Amino acid sequence: MEKPNLSYINDVASGDEEIKKTLINVIKSEFPEEKKEYYESLEKKDYKKIEENVHKLKHKISILGLEKSYELANKFEHNLREKDLNGVEDFEKILIAITIYLKTI
Amino acid sequence: MNCIIIDDEQLARVIIKSLCKDIESLNILDEFSNAIEAIKYLNDTDVDLIFLDIHMPGFTGLDLIKTLKNPPQIILTTSDPQFAIEVFEHEFIVDYLLKPLEINRFKKAISKAEKKQIKISSTEVEKEISSPDSKEGYKNDFYVNIDRRLIKIDIPSIYLVQAKGDYINIKTEDKNYVVHSTLKKIEEKLPESLFLKVHRSYIINIKKIIDIEDNSVLIKKEVIPVSRSKRPELMKRLNLL
Repeated sequence: MEKPNLSYINDVASGDEEIKKTLINVIKSEFPEEKKEYYESLEKKDYKKIEENVHKLKHKISILGLEKSYELANKFEHNLREKDLNGVEDFEKILIAITIYLKTI
Repeated sequence: MNCIIIDDEQLARVIIKSLCKDIESLNILDEFSNAIEAIKYLNDTDVDLIFLDIHMPGFTGLDLIKTLKNPPQIILTTSDPQFAIEVFEHEFIVDYLLKPLEINRFKKAISKAEKKQIKISSTEVEKEISSPDSKEGYKNDFYVNIDRRLIKIDIPSIYLVQAKGDYINIKTEDKNYVVHSTLKKIEEKLPESLFLKVHRSYIINIKKIIDIEDNSVLIKKEVIPVSRSKRPELMKRLNLL
């Protein structure tokens, strides 16, 4: 599986350490919240909410340079519009990979 | 250019702020995590450019676009390429950027907005120079023909205009005038800042509203119906707390 990276964050910060720190801190604080909301909506089988949460998380997946995972999340989001949970396992693997990565930065 | 950012995701807002940091022409006034808060702000503040996320829970960016009467320039930011065709119908949409925002593409969008802003500013100056009307930008009165007499009506004193067959009933603080005309004709004479057509048979002076219920407003002692399609426009025009 591809690994998360800070390539995009570095591009946006363009050498400004303060901006880089801010961006990482925002990801670290926002991601666990969104992940929690995602699992809550999944438990309730609230497809609209699940889709909204996947949409939000999808942006972070792309920010962390996970291109293939982003495609998987896109498909999953699309399936959710049809109330189809196909892709839920792959999406969970992506969330786990990000959770682990965020502990290292 | 004075800008605001509307996006429910904090990370997206921080990225835009970071990308704007070195662009001298941009002044970020504020940021909003939902469109409703932004609408209230836009009612009171002049903004030249909005960075607007389309996909937000509840009230979306597209809903906000439909609500704005005189929208400033808008740069849309979203992860959904399928919205592109629909939104480019509006000329105030400067550009459409896919997330994650690509830095050079972002700068290109800003440059487009800057060019457009120069055009808008020069048009506004021309309008100001050529306008013969009062400071408020509209005439304060007009004349109506009643029984072969031209009678002057003071516009701010009108609280209601009601259509009645081939006639309209213009109601002012002091007197009512029944005139052979249409709502469409009088609507052209009334300043948009004060008046709103809330129903196919009624134009109201929004400054005279006493209260609003679901589908009606109270003006003086009259309960006036509000069409469902006009309600968002009415709500937008009110100075809500």
